[in-house]
Amino acid sequence: MSGHYGQFDIRWGMVIDLDKCTGCGACMVACQAENNVAIQTDASNKRLVTNWMLVFELSNGKSFPDHEVAYLPRPCMHCGNPSCVAVCPATVTTKDEEGGIVSQIYPRCFGCRYCMASCPYHARYFNWYDPVWPEGMEKTLSPDVSVRPRGVVEKCHFCHHRWMQAKDKARVAGEDPKALPQEAYQTACTQACPNGAITFGDLNNPEHTVHELAHSEYAFRLLERLGTEPQVYYMSRREWVRRAGDNYLADEKTGSVKNEHHS
Amino acid sequence: MEEKNTMNPGVKSCTCGALVAPFVVGLIGALIVGWWLFPPLLYSKKLQPVRFSHVVHVEDGGMACSDCHFNREDGSFSGIPNTGKCAECHAEPMGEDPEELRFVEEYVATGKQVEWVRYQVQPDNVFFSHAAHSVEACGSCHPEFEENPRELCNKCHPDVGGSDSAPAAQVNRITGYTSMTMKMWQCERCHANENHFELTEEDEAKHIKPVTRANNGCQVCHK
Repeated sequence: MSGHYGQFDIRWGMVIDLDKCTGCGACMVACQAENNVAIQTDASNKRLVTNWMLVFELSNGKSFPDHEVAYLPRPCMHCGNPSCVAVCPATVTTKDEEGGIVSQIYPRCFGCRYCMASCPYHARYFNWYDPVWPEGMEKTLSPDVSVRPRGVVEKCHFCHHRWMQAKDKARVAGEDPKALPQEAYQTACTQACPNGAITFGDLNNPEHTVHELAHSEYAFRLLERLGTEPQVYYMSRREWVRRAGDNYLADEKTGSVKNEHHS
Repeated sequence: MEEKNTMNPGVKSCTCGALVAPFVVGLIGALIVGWWLFPPLLYSKKLQPVRFSHVVHVEDGGMACSDCHFNREDGSFSGIPNTGKCAECHAEPMGEDPEELRFVEEYVATGKQVEWVRYQVQPDNVFFSHAAHSVEACGSCHPEFEENPRELCNKCHPDVGGSDSAPAAQVNRITGYTSMTMKMWQCERCHANENHFELTEEDEAKHIKPVTRANNGCQVCHK
């Protein structure tokens, strides 16, 4: 299945096992370091903070001893029908490349923030200030990712640069860059997760773990009924966690509204 | 009245010519300044810190291009070799050239890297893959590149392969980029050309858009 933005042979996707996530935040830190997200002067100010990957805390709403929590890491969903792409007046964000990663080209962005308003997952962030690295910390900057100036929107890009590097490595080795093995391209958050909660790979490729996981009966996607067709899946054996992924009526069961899965 | 009528046309044409002439001269002058005199002022000429002769290395030394310019195993490209690579031969001076002596003394002996001037520095939001634009890849449809790989390199780079000294780089005084820095339209000559890769029937059956085939997605070239 595909959205209005073309059919791709490769669909990079993520499956996050919420029963394995301990909420440690290693994915957030790894993402920030990998993608040159500037050091936040006050990370408690959620209006100004930038987190391409953000861990939310879910609660089942019951009191002790029935209280349970779950942690939900939220990258960009790389939707099959990305609302941000539809509203962008400057073609900054597109879904036009094999792999289905929703791109973001910072120099084109003029900061209208329509995309932020349209994104149902709040995956997009606006640079209210020019990024500043405390003296010495600029040495941690990665040359593989450009730094974003004040006035533009940014978001997770599934460590797209790592994909480009993996493809180049395959080309030099004489292998097919369009048939990468799973381990050739992994995002920083996937590798940083100490508990293996995040799995990354090609949803279309049966040899990649995500293909099977996304078909699991415990798999779900966030706000699935909006029809955004995210390429990020979650899974949990706990019914209340799956219910937290969308808005349900009291008599609705979670499996009943699941959209068709990609084959 | 008659006198005036006969007089006026002559007077008019005379003043017209006199009025127009300075503008024509001014226009030509402005064009000369704008097209020939001013643009060079924008660029400073920057010479390489060490005179490097491709002729000596290729023709006299019998080296191949790929001895220095090659794809590394990790997929990145070795564009300009480092001092260590040069020191493989130039640990001691090999000839009498004073420039070589200076290179060995200043760089090889101290292990210092040469700050070579790059002709094609791209902005930091540009991603370019040499591995993807290899002779093998482009040559599969363009046989002329297989026959003469330098022709492919010279599509973007100055043809220094046969030069005895590297040309000066023209560095824009305002932006810091060189006059040879690739512009987006140059990338798009191939990337935005929908016919660059011809679609097979199989592709069409799958409703693959030419744009996807030709890899004109933004992040193909941007990071």
